Amino acid sequence: MSENEKRVGVYVCHCGHNIAGTVDVEHVAEWAYNLPNVIISRDNKFMCASTGQEQIEEDVKEFNLTHVVVASCSPHMHEKTFRNAVERSGLNPYLFEMANIREHASWVHPDDQDGATSKAKALVSAAVHRVLHHEELTPMQVEIRPEVLIVGGGVAGIQAALEVAEAGHHVYLVEREPSIGGHMAQLDKTFPTLDCSACILTPKMFDAGSHPNITLLTYAEVEQVDGYVGNFTVRVRKKAKMVHEDLCTGCGTCWEKCPKKVIDTVFESGLGYRKAIYRPFPQAVPKYPVIDVETCIYYDTGKCRACEKFCPTDAIDFEMQDEIVNLEVGNIIVATGYDLFDPRRIPQYGYGRHENVFTSMEFERLVNAAGPSDGRVVLRDGETTPQSVAIIHCVGSRDKNYNGHCSAICCMYSLKFAHLVKERTEAEVYNFYIDMRTIAKGYEEFYDRVLEEGAHFIRGKVSEITDATHASEEEGKLVVVAEDTLIGKQRRVPVDMVILAVAMEPRADAEEVAHRFGIGCGDTGFFTERHPKLDPVATVTEGVYIAGACQGPKDIPDAVAQGSAAAARVLSVISQREVALEPVRATIDEEHCSGCRICNTMCPYHAIDFIEADSVSRVNPALCKGCGTCVAACPSQVISGAHFTFDQLIAEIDGIMVDVNIDEPLVAAEMV
Amino acid sequence: MSENGTFKPVIVGFLCNWCSYRAADLAGTSRMGYPATLRDIRIMCTGRLDPTFVLRALEKGADGVLIMGCHPGQCHYQEGNYKAIRRFALLKRTLRQFGIEEERVQLHWASAAEGVEFAKTVAKMTEEITALGPLEWSRNWPNEDPHIYAEEAAHE
Amino acid sequence: MSKPKLALYWASSCGGCEIAVLGLHEKILDVAEAFDIVFWPCVMDFKYEDVEAMEDGEIDVCLFNGAIRNDENAHLAHLLRRKSKVMVAFGSCAFGGSMPGLANFNDREQMFNYIYHDSPSTDNPDGIVPQQRTDMPEGELVLPNFWNTVKTLAQVVPVDYYLPGCPPEASSIETAVTAIVSGELPPPGSVIGPDITVCDECPREKHEKKISRFYRPQEIIPDPDTCLLEQGLFCAGIATRSGCGARCPQVGVGCRGCYGPNEGVYDHGAKIMTGIASVLDADTPEEVEAILDTLPDPAGYFYRFHMPDSLLRRTARTNGKKLLASEQVAASEL
Repeated sequence: MSENEKRVGVYVCHCGHNIAGTVDVEHVAEWAYNLPNVIISRDNKFMCASTGQEQIEEDVKEFNLTHVVVASCSPHMHEKTFRNAVERSGLNPYLFEMANIREHASWVHPDDQDGATSKAKALVSAAVHRVLHHEELTPMQVEIRPEVLIVGGGVAGIQAALEVAEAGHHVYLVEREPSIGGHMAQLDKTFPTLDCSACILTPKMFDAGSHPNITLLTYAEVEQVDGYVGNFTVRVRKKAKMVHEDLCTGCGTCWEKCPKKVIDTVFESGLGYRKAIYRPFPQAVPKYPVIDVETCIYYDTGKCRACEKFCPTDAIDFEMQDEIVNLEVGNIIVATGYDLFDPRRIPQYGYGRHENVFTSMEFERLVNAAGPSDGRVVLRDGETTPQSVAIIHCVGSRDKNYNGHCSAICCMYSLKFAHLVKERTEAEVYNFYIDMRTIAKGYEEFYDRVLEEGAHFIRGKVSEITDATHASEEEGKLVVVAEDTLIGKQRRVPVDMVILAVAMEPRADAEEVAHRFGIGCGDTGFFTERHPKLDPVATVTEGVYIAGACQGPKDIPDAVAQGSAAAARVLSVISQREVALEPVRATIDEEHCSGCRICNTMCPYHAIDFIEADSVSRVNPALCKGCGTCVAACPSQVISGAHFTFDQLIAEIDGIMVDVNIDEPLVAAEMV
Repeated sequence: MSENGTFKPVIVGFLCNWCSYRAADLAGTSRMGYPATLRDIRIMCTGRLDPTFVLRALEKGADGVLIMGCHPGQCHYQEGNYKAIRRFALLKRTLRQFGIEEERVQLHWASAAEGVEFAKTVAKMTEEITALGPLEWSRNWPNEDPHIYAEEAAHE
Repeated sequence: MSKPKLALYWASSCGGCEIAVLGLHEKILDVAEAFDIVFWPCVMDFKYEDVEAMEDGEIDVCLFNGAIRNDENAHLAHLLRRKSKVMVAFGSCAFGGSMPGLANFNDREQMFNYIYHDSPSTDNPDGIVPQQRTDMPEGELVLPNFWNTVKTLAQVVPVDYYLPGCPPEASSIETAVTAIVSGELPPPGSVIGPDITVCDECPREKHEKKISRFYRPQEIIPDPDTCLLEQGLFCAGIATRSGCGARCPQVGVGCRGCYGPNEGVYDHGAKIMTGIASVLDADTPEEVEAILDTLPDPAGYFYRFHMPDSLLRRTARTNGKKLLASEQVAASEL
């Protein structure tokens, strides 16, 4: 189409009073006739209403418009609406441009009507100049593979896996540890119902382990993700377990005979022991043990092999190597969970120095009937029952020195601890809190119950936990020092045991994992959802979803809900069989590409390949997300970013710099 | 320059689609006023910002250019804004050699939730550029070609 | 049929372009065979009056080299434009301003002060400066007015074709001459030559790039097989039109950028800048600045051949005022 064949329609929206109250809409519409190739320019009360949209459709037909500009609200509000209207009129929906004269003009310059009107004119001019360079674009259709990868076998991942598997699609569930179950498997009771955590989780673990549509890949990690929605290729490293699962029966002889005792820092939080060959906990799924080569005597000295000797099925194989598995999947759900804050980072709380300062997870193991103390609440000596217990809330949360965020679950599990201490001992319980946040169903009621049970609540942030005593009643105790902000007094509370309600933090390798899957991390380090309100389990990478605490602190019901939500999103994509990819993406003019390789490191999605044979770089359109970073980097300007081309943006700049005070003839300010 | 002669700068903005453009939207929906000096252009990511665009805006008469993106570490495309940091640093050094004051071309961050910060940034930059006065780059060189004078004179 | 008439002129330039034409060696005879050379002050004795006496459009092709620095350059540009059917901006000075154009980082007053007063090698106790008009017993002597801003040929008169290079390679000249002789010319306004970059012709191995510091040429001996830019040596080859055969990088010297930008580029410097900045191995402003500290005078590097036809064309109008301290450093390094 030659320049003078282009016919632009301009529509300036009043948005009732929202725009017209500040911007002289009629004037802007009238003035727009001076802009190049504008055939028709109208103002309209509500462009997004059906009448407004129909106006576009009618005009395109009547005036043979080739391009459309709507000056109204933010494109984030109605770009889709108008693109659809343009498409209904028979034009390619990308031959449209929007000027945001509401959020960016009328609403922010209410006291400067002239200024707002001038700015609206500049923005309309920019849109008209730009749209003249728009090209027809077509979304790319790609087929969706039905297989799904779920990363992380905690409760969110298990839930998602079961939902997808039940719907009839195959799931690969990858878990870093030897067993699925995640943090929930370590817990004793769950708030506020005090259900036994294991009792409600293990049936789900069993279902996941035995479901014909679920392949468990435990003791395994995703190393590389390539491809795009519908067609991901995933490389998984299965760490050598040194035990042949097809031969092992899980009888337990091997770990009974293993002479090497190791402190279990993972499942037992350092309170208990396991062997060098071990199954993390009795209900583990799968039920097979693994050999920890770091601590196994054989790998250290070349001798022992006790497990091998006693194994009735010859399942032990000391020569086993890591295995690489390549999976082809259409969608991915990342549910990698969280880490707990290490309270050693707050030295004044004395964790690691005062033996009777515990973390919340240590206490979970302590009160767990299957834990190292068989569920007895005792001090670290394993015998003494405490007479008094302090629970410190917000350890590493809501604290600018560590994590600004609220960990969401600590108030409730602290209440649960208070209840359990009361239930199992005669001890006095002191909760030191900043604010009580008991915000879900049944939570406030649980708080009331714990108050009635006689737990003490002191509103104040603990400054110190010390064994330096000031008075005789403090002798031999740990003194919790805090300002009680409700009575405005410094308190020193001597106790036998302190539990630190430690924060939920992003996994230490969250950033690396995010990078691998093409998702982002927010300022707190948790994975970023596509939209915080309306798209909470999707990510910027199509086909990659997030669920559970990897997205942010949350309790079990929320994690489960997100697991189901992510599964629902995936199932909806699978049922569409193919998916349309936004055509905003980069292409390289290979004829003119010199192969300088400047662009090669620009793409975080690995969409640019260097083709050695032709000495050119090439963009894989399905992987490209259209950010344009490579486009701006290309020093010979041979990478083009669809819908954000060099010409389009230069035209927009020239258009926006139009002198809004000149009525006609209207040309972008020319150079002398 | 407005009609009554008081200097009102024109600032061309390059806003990334995901954070700063949404921050500007939020400033709008929250009715946070700021001077009508910014004329903004949406790009998908500050990583798309070709330094040519900044130079073009100045050449075309902008008194300043404001580039805004997601906070470092929060780029929607993971690391586009890091590329913007690199290019901006080199652009700034170059512009300094062109005698262009630092305040005229600025790079700032605003998350989608930072409508207030967005409005403040525009207001502050407007003040700074108002203090500097107009740039009027195209008036930067008088026409020295006597032939043009002669031809112009012949036309008159 | 008479032979087409050819004119060659030399405005503000070093003379290298003239030598490059002579560097065609025996091919120059073909030129002489094909054309009737009507004006070539460097080689043969012509007077401006000879040109003025010609009919408008009488010259078929004018190869004009050199930037427009003063009234005399401009006068000849206008004159030759009027007399020529096809005007070719020959060489980097006419095309982009090149070395003379770097003067646009200063203004006339600053330059005269430095040259006639402040430079360490100036011995001028009486403070004598050139006068535009000087009365002599024989009459008034007039020097052409020296402009504040250097311009390219196209900024003064309409140009039909551009032949880049400092100087244009013999092969480029041949291509142009052949095209002109055969009448198979590209559309007016074109740059004559291939639209690929120096990297395309450079035999050095290219890898994914990360620059963690820059080196001046005297600081390292580069690996002979690897991309110079990857080794921290400034090279404009990534953003510069080829046609030269990548001569400089082949001998271990980074491309200076003399063939100018590729098709569609508005600002050569901006493209070199974005290419290089993109691959700096740093993410925080502090790290970036530390790397850039090893690249003095970036604007001088980026705009070495295309300052006057860059988007900004020159530094801010200083009217002879002192530059900022930071700019002075840069200016002194030019």
